[in-house]
Amino acid sequence: MIPLSHFLILGALLFSIGVVGIFMNRKNLIVLLMAIELMLLAVNMNFIAFAHFLNDLSGQVFVFFILTVAAAESAIGLAILVALFRNLRSINVDDLGSLKG
Amino acid sequence: MNFALVLFYFFGTVLVASSLAVILVRNPVHAALFLVLAFTQAAGIWLLLYAEFLAITLVLVYVGAVMVLFLFVVMMLDINIDKLREGFWGNLPLAAGVGILMAAEMVALLWRGFGHAGVMTGPAPPVSYSNTKALGRVLYTDYVFAFEIAAIILLVAIVAAIAITLRHRKETKYQDARTQLAVRASDRLKIIKFPPEPSANRAPDTGGPT
Repeated sequence: MIPLSHFLILGALLFSIGVVGIFMNRKNLIVLLMAIELMLLAVNMNFIAFAHFLNDLSGQVFVFFILTVAAAESAIGLAILVALFRNLRSINVDDLGSLKG
Repeated sequence: MNFALVLFYFFGTVLVASSLAVILVRNPVHAALFLVLAFTQAAGIWLLLYAEFLAITLVLVYVGAVMVLFLFVVMMLDINIDKLREGFWGNLPLAAGVGILMAAEMVALLWRGFGHAGVMTGPAPPVSYSNTKALGRVLYTDYVFAFEIAAIILLVAIVAAIAITLRHRKETKYQDARTQLAVRASDRLKIIKFPPEPSANRAPDTGGPT
C-alpha cells in the first residue's frame, strides 16, 4: 500500500508544472494547450487517489467526465488554432490582440 | 519498501521529468511526444490505484486520439519557433517563483493533512472485482443524466470543430442539399404535347436495312 499523500503531492507537483508552463510559454498557443492538459491530468490523479482511498467509485466517474470535456476542449482549441493560423500565419498570442469584424 | 512503492517512485519520477520537458523543450513536436510519455506514466500510476478502466482509457483516448490530433496540428502548421521563443527565459524568475511557491504550499498542506502513517490508500480489491463492470454499473444508473450530457458535449465539439475549420472555396463544386430537396419534377422535365404530323416522304417502316 502506498500512502495517499504520495499521490496527492505528485498531483500538486504536476499542477505546479502546468502553471509554470503557462507562465513560460506565454506566446506559444500549442504548448499552452499542452500545459492545460497537464493540469487536468494532475486533477484526475487526485480524483483517482481519493476514489481508491475512500473506496468510492464516484471519483472515477468524475474523471471519466473530465476526460470527455478535456477531449472536447482540446479538439475545439486545436480547431481554433488551425483557423487562426490560416488567417494570420502565426500562432503568437501577441498577434491576436486585434479585433476585426 | 515494497514493489508497488518502487513502481510508484519510478513512474512518478519519469512523469515529473517528462512534464518538465513538455514545458521546456524548444520543438513543439518533442513537447507533444513528451506529453505522450507523461500520459503513459500517469496511466501506470492509475493502474497502481486499481483504476484499470481509466488507465486504459487514458492511453486509448489521450495517447491514441488527442495527442495524435496535437501532433497532426503541430506538424501541419509551419511555425516560426524563434519568434515564439524570444523572451522565453525572461519569464523564468516569475514562473519559477510562482510555481515553487504554489508547489511548496500545496505540499506542506497535503503533508500536514494526509502525511500520517495511518493515511494509506485502501487495500487491493478482491481478484474477482471488475473495475470496468463496477464503473459501468454506476455510470449507467446514478450518473446516466451526466453521461447523456457528456455525449451531447462531444457532439457539439464535433460540430464546432468541423464548422470552425470548414473552408468555402469558390472554385469548389458542391451540392446544395436544400435546393436539391426543394426541386420538383415540373422544374426539370417539361412535357410538350403536339399532334403527330404525317410525313409524306418517309417510307413505311417495314423492317431492318436490307
